[in-house]
Amino acid sequence: MDDWKGNRRVFWTLGTPGFFWLLLFFVVPLGFLFVMSFSDKAVVDGQVSITDYDYLTGVSNYIRAFEPLYLTIMWKSIWVSALATLVCLLTAYPIAFGICFAPAKWKPLLLLLVILPFWINLLIRTYALIAVFRTQGYVNLALGWVGLGPYDMLYNNFAVIFGLVYVYMPFMVLPLYATIERLDRSFLEASLDLGASQFQTFLKVTVPLTMPGIITGIILVFIPCLGSFLTPDLLGGANAVMIGNVIERQFKAANDWPFGAAISFLLMYATFGALALRALFARFSKGVGV
Amino acid sequence: MAGQLKPGAGPLDYGNRTWLRALFIGIFFILYMPIITLIAFSFNTDKRGIVWRGFTFDNYVKAMTNDSLIEALVNSLVIALIATVIATIIGTMVAILLWRFKFPFKGAFEGFMALPIVIPEICMGVALLLFFIESGMMNAVVGLVWPFNLANIIIAHVAFCFPFVAVVVRSRLVGFNRQLEEASKDLGASEWQTFRNVLIPFMMPGIIAGALLAFTLSLDDFVITFFTSGPETVTFPVKVYSLVRRGVSPEINAASTVLIVVTIVATVIAMKLQAPEKSGH
Repeated sequence: MDDWKGNRRVFWTLGTPGFFWLLLFFVVPLGFLFVMSFSDKAVVDGQVSITDYDYLTGVSNYIRAFEPLYLTIMWKSIWVSALATLVCLLTAYPIAFGICFAPAKWKPLLLLLVILPFWINLLIRTYALIAVFRTQGYVNLALGWVGLGPYDMLYNNFAVIFGLVYVYMPFMVLPLYATIERLDRSFLEASLDLGASQFQTFLKVTVPLTMPGIITGIILVFIPCLGSFLTPDLLGGANAVMIGNVIERQFKAANDWPFGAAISFLLMYATFGALALRALFARFSKGVGV
Repeated sequence: MAGQLKPGAGPLDYGNRTWLRALFIGIFFILYMPIITLIAFSFNTDKRGIVWRGFTFDNYVKAMTNDSLIEALVNSLVIALIATVIATIIGTMVAILLWRFKFPFKGAFEGFMALPIVIPEICMGVALLLFFIESGMMNAVVGLVWPFNLANIIIAHVAFCFPFVAVVVRSRLVGFNRQLEEASKDLGASEWQTFRNVLIPFMMPGIIAGALLAFTLSLDDFVITFFTSGPETVTFPVKVYSLVRRGVSPEINAASTVLIVVTIVATVIAMKLQAPEKSGH
């Protein structure tokens, strides 16, 4: 690697566009949002203005975010995301494991099959789920053949969790695949030779050694779940509101931008908290690197 | 002992376990069934949707003659094309920078470049909405002639696409043998000639893969576009969203199928180019 002083002209030419694009169209907007989160709507002639703001008036928006109504929604977003992440982990682990131990010629195809849905538009996948779960949908049609239903499967927490698992599953499979693939199989053989059962070997050898992949997968799924807006909006409706929906409402229908900005920042802090946890785990875990 | 084991029945041959295979089939069924039925029913004659009544292209014809849908699709494609070109150039430059130079605060710079990848989309969306309104850019582009009225959306898309391009191109550059560069310079080529005739051809598979990734990301983006598009401009996902909110219809299936085919073709090309054994020579 060259030192940047060796060729300053090339260095600045390469770095400037990217740096300033992000500065101007990412950092500055976030700065605007940060200021807005400490602001209030201006009161002009005794009326709350729609477009004017009193900037940097205090932390009232953050205090409001901790009212019971919003605390409930935040708590719900966390447990819905956590549950979705757990279901992802429990289904993705056998998939990743199975792909790693599949015959070599099948591996690329199986991996492609896992990743392919990820490339299909999120909106379209969610729409496809609506057709499956709605009252006149396929699941109820199939249940009807055996004399059950119809049930209302949309617009509740189940639909949201199913949708999140459906949409973010590839994010869990890939890091798990990466670690299990690099797992030294002689450890498993040794464990089985020494008399451990398959189940014991899995719990005491395989899981600890693949812990970095598990943690990365959890983070990769949990973060987008927590910030999701489309899935709860289309599958959850009014019954399963998450943080993302609250933010969207403040910026669109409710037109309370300062409050929306404050919640956005709370969501970002939660995201950074999750990333920091991951870094902490990565430092102390001993398994195979991702 | 070994003679008693059938092939594939060893303790580590998990790939041949029946329960694992059954689980695989079950999960892939759940993953693909909704998408396959969505595509299949785009050819259905039935209006309301779930019973198969007969094969037809009517839904495609209807989608094609729906002016607002076509307008949204053209907008999406134009945005994706322009944003891809800009994001690919910027992203490639950042990748070369990070690969070639060491400089103070490099770690911080790398973290900075990764921010748009990790931050929740909705936060980036509302931040850009606020920025475009407060800076006057939202109103400034409304009166402009097409496609310049899409400028804000393009700017936003470049901002979240180019860090991904940088990641892809940089992973390609790791395999570059710097002696090639030295040989080129020894033989009298200038910095620019070396860049154009040695480095660029080597990076090309990475650049194309990065560009296709940017293209699909841009084409698929709903959340950020939803917030940064003004009242006048509609992209394809935003249009589909407003249709979906009104209910299920075979016309949406047809339009979705077209988008699925476009993205899958782009992705398969990108993956072919990235496969190391095919592009490593």
